[in-house]
Amino acid sequence: MPRYLRNLIIALLILAVLVGLDFVFQGRLINPYYTRILMLCGISITLAVSLNLINGFTGQFSIGHAGFMAVGAYSSAYFSVNYGLNLANSLGGGKLGWIIALALATVVGAVAAGIAGLAVGIPSLRLRGDYLAIVTLGFGQIIVVFLNNIEAIGGARGYSGIPIVKSFFWIFLVAILTIVVVYNIVNSAFGRALISIREDELAAEAMGVNTTRYKVMAFVISSAMAGAGGVLLAHFDGYLNPKSFEFIKSFEILIMIILGGLGSIVGSVIGAIVLTILPEGLRGFAEYRMVIYSLLLIILMITRPQGLLGSTDAFKGLRKRMRRLTEGPSGTASSPTQSETSVGGETPR
Amino acid sequence: MSTFLQQLINGISLGAIYSLIALGYTMVYGVLKLINFAHGDVYMVGAFMGFYLANGLGARGAQALGMNPDGIVGRGLLSGGTLEPSLITALVVMLLAMAICAAIGVIIERLAYRPVRKYSRLTALITAIGVSLLLENGGQVVFGAEPKFFPELFHKRNIDLVSGASINSADIAVLIIALGLMVALQLIVYRTKTGRAMRAVSFNLQSAKLMGINTDRIIAFTFALGSALAAAAGVLVAIRIPRIDPLMGIIVGLKAFVAAVLGGIGNIPGAMLGGLLIGITETMVVGYLSPTYKDAVAFAILILILLSDLPDYSVRSLRRKSKDDQECPGICAISS
Amino acid sequence: MKRFLLSLILIGSLLIAFACTNQGGGGDKVRIGVFMSTTGTTANFGISSVNGIKLAADEVNAAGGINGKQVELLVEDDRSDASEAATIVTKFVTQDQVHAVIGEVASSRSIAAAPIAQNAKIPMLTPSSTNPEVTKKGDFIFRSCFIDPVQGAAIAQFAAKSLGAKTAAIMVDRKNDYSTGLEKVIDQTFTRMGGKIVATQSYQEGDQDFNAQLTSLKGFNPEVIFVPGYYNDVGLIAKQARDKGITVPLIGGDGWDSVQLYKIGGSALNGSYFTNHYSPYDTDPKVQKFVNDYKSRYGAVPDALAATAYDAANIMFDAIKRSKSLSGPDIRDALAATKDFPGVTGTVTFNQQRDAVKPIVMIEIKDGGLYAVRERVNVEGAALPQTSSNTAPGAPPAPPVKAPNP
Repeated sequence: MPRYLRNLIIALLILAVLVGLDFVFQGRLINPYYTRILMLCGISITLAVSLNLINGFTGQFSIGHAGFMAVGAYSSAYFSVNYGLNLANSLGGGKLGWIIALALATVVGAVAAGIAGLAVGIPSLRLRGDYLAIVTLGFGQIIVVFLNNIEAIGGARGYSGIPIVKSFFWIFLVAILTIVVVYNIVNSAFGRALISIREDELAAEAMGVNTTRYKVMAFVISSAMAGAGGVLLAHFDGYLNPKSFEFIKSFEILIMIILGGLGSIVGSVIGAIVLTILPEGLRGFAEYRMVIYSLLLIILMITRPQGLLGSTDAFKGLRKRMRRLTEGPSGTASSPTQSETSVGGETPR
Repeated sequence: MSTFLQQLINGISLGAIYSLIALGYTMVYGVLKLINFAHGDVYMVGAFMGFYLANGLGARGAQALGMNPDGIVGRGLLSGGTLEPSLITALVVMLLAMAICAAIGVIIERLAYRPVRKYSRLTALITAIGVSLLLENGGQVVFGAEPKFFPELFHKRNIDLVSGASINSADIAVLIIALGLMVALQLIVYRTKTGRAMRAVSFNLQSAKLMGINTDRIIAFTFALGSALAAAAGVLVAIRIPRIDPLMGIIVGLKAFVAAVLGGIGNIPGAMLGGLLIGITETMVVGYLSPTYKDAVAFAILILILLSDLPDYSVRSLRRKSKDDQECPGICAISS
Repeated sequence: MKRFLLSLILIGSLLIAFACTNQGGGGDKVRIGVFMSTTGTTANFGISSVNGIKLAADEVNAAGGINGKQVELLVEDDRSDASEAATIVTKFVTQDQVHAVIGEVASSRSIAAAPIAQNAKIPMLTPSSTNPEVTKKGDFIFRSCFIDPVQGAAIAQFAAKSLGAKTAAIMVDRKNDYSTGLEKVIDQTFTRMGGKIVATQSYQEGDQDFNAQLTSLKGFNPEVIFVPGYYNDVGLIAKQARDKGITVPLIGGDGWDSVQLYKIGGSALNGSYFTNHYSPYDTDPKVQKFVNDYKSRYGAVPDALAATAYDAANIMFDAIKRSKSLSGPDIRDALAATKDFPGVTGTVTFNQQRDAVKPIVMIEIKDGGLYAVRERVNVEGAALPQTSSNTAPGAPPAPPVKAPNP
């Protein structure tokens, strides 16, 4: 069967499943509390996988993800409140109208976040690891400061009145699209370039890879998807507050992908799910939740820095090379299992 | 004019605090190439240690430790009547807090940072984030999430200066003590054998080891020094502004890091100047432009510095380092 | 593959544990969900509120419950996060099958959670959210305290009329929706009454250093300074203001009310004022009984939030008692019909917008931290003009504020 046909069928199947599940969850067959948690998982997946593209696969340590979420969330909210509602109504107020309005809102959010990513990425991606981290953190904070001061979107009071859309279909459609996009990128020439940048930027450049351009592209795509996640958040409770997008949020997503394993899509999905459900299960220990998180992070770093799934190698040949490299300059060859050597700088080198 | 002078004084006072914390950042980075995210939280812990030293652990706390609730542990140095509020008291509390935090710094390094030293810098950075979160949230659980009121360690007076500006005796004390500590640090780093060892380790860890320097011990010492300075900053800040809470270290820590970068990371006098500069700039922006963008100021400065193509921070710079300089594996993804 | 299975097992066990710890519903009790922030910078507010509600519940239970049924409180901490608040209320109305919800203190969290209660047709009562938006979320959402426009107007009026101030400055907390909301109304009302706002400076919740802003304000020589923020920051602001040589009175709102205020600000606060829901020194026997009960149980004088929460709980219990059944809509109807309910924070009647109509107290801080009731202001809270859109409160003309009753 030709490849495109196979992909088309898979896509249609997934859509059908989503519609079916959406039906199941919309009706009150399942406890809305569980549905809510499930949908929050979907949003977390979008955010985690998009962050993994830049942190895990391209090896650029960015901790300003929440800023792009915020840009996407607020821009789409503004659109929905001021244009989307009218649009949906003018198209008959029926389901189709809403779908179009929402789709447009998502596009608006993603594009806005992508532009923000461009603005932040171009100057920042020239910087080295730790400094990139701090700069992205700084940009994230600056975005929040600005949001607190723009009256048109509520400022510190928050932005309320956003149409509330809790749609399983939409949330998981976005999530799946994110996964598909990242997967395809990783398994393409573009992805190979990114991974080569992660492994050895100098060598990559020597091989003719325009590292800055690729880094910025990955960054923009990653931010755009974060923006899409933000759109989902904005319409989830119909209320936004700049406080929700401070760096703590960036850290939460970071912990998800670290837990799951940098450079592993499946890992990010699992990390996102675990770290969305865990707080609910730990509700009795709400006080200690963050303490447990931080301990988890530290212990994880000490014992298994590559996270649950290490990183799923896209290329088998790389594994051998990694094994050779794990005998690092300090002479310690303490890599865990051979088949799971982590790519991306967590293993001893 | 008096407003300007006043704002300048405000800025310098603020800057002195940033400088003290920045020193710790710069030293640890110089030696370990690690941005110790948790440093700002050590500052917070220092402030709280000062609080408990002065106010005591309370009756229950003392009993929990098996001590007499009416003794010093329960009632504290200040409220228990052991010491009267005075400059000496302030110094005593500060020095004790410094000692405690130095120990805490060493413990953190030993437990959290040393095991990941062999891994990439990304891993170490994430661990630092973890420690930071642990201190903040642990602080909320242990100390209580709501702010506490720091007792008056000595009686403050307002001294009027020329043209309407005034300076508080607390500000003066803060400035003098901060300056004193910085001078002491300079002496240690440049005039002692240990200091020379620190400089050697920050230059090249491997070579220092080869020269017979016990790098583990030096690194621990560096952490101790840095943490002690942060604790001093914590107590000094609490003297000026008597409200402390477990999350007070986050933003201050980040700004202090910016100060360290501004001064040239690894550069001690630079960190001092950087701190002052950030403090003054921030105060001026707040006073003359708009206070809402206060937190953005430090980051804006940071972004400007880093983008001005200063050689040390960009990816390209690593090409110029020597081949033996294996300081940046992993996430920096540039081998020389 | 092994790791993958490991992860699946991890998730699976999490889900199971999760499902097990979340058994709700059933039982012959009146279940009330309470969501507050008991951690974070405004932990004090949340803790006080929960204390007040618990006191009310225990009193009711000791007296035999509501129509014979015992009251069961489900208390959750939303960690000052709006999304968390929404999740908690979702859990309340589904999993836990509560009959009613009480919460939150901060308007932002109330706004986030209200649509959920509304959709589930479970009545929600906030004891202290002052943003007008909250009750607009639906007819199941009620509020038992005054709203910002009313409070702000009272503050401005007090400065203009009772203190006779012609010029004023404002120190507003830009990061805090409560503060920015009040600031707008104060500004408008004061100007409308002939005063002039000569300077506005801002800070952010949690700031420690206000020297720059205060220095700037001082240069304009205002006769009063409005500080509509939270007690945390206000205490420090007062201290630093006095250190800078600013001697004029400070005036604020109910966000000042906490035992911590005087601890932090000390004598710097003497001679300053703030509007509040009640005063613990009110000689009304009802108030004194509440204060004594609270003191003996919690070891502290109750602040206004504890008092409003206590009242909110009792209002809810009273409504449930009068209600035809325990269903959401019936309780809602009974709530709406609440008229002249005698609370410790005043007599409460809900108006058309489901906001409480009750008097405001203007407190003067005396030496030693004593609160003296300077004035009682009766406000016609009903029929406030509709504010424009969903966000900034727009320009509501202040409601007619009657002259203070001695």
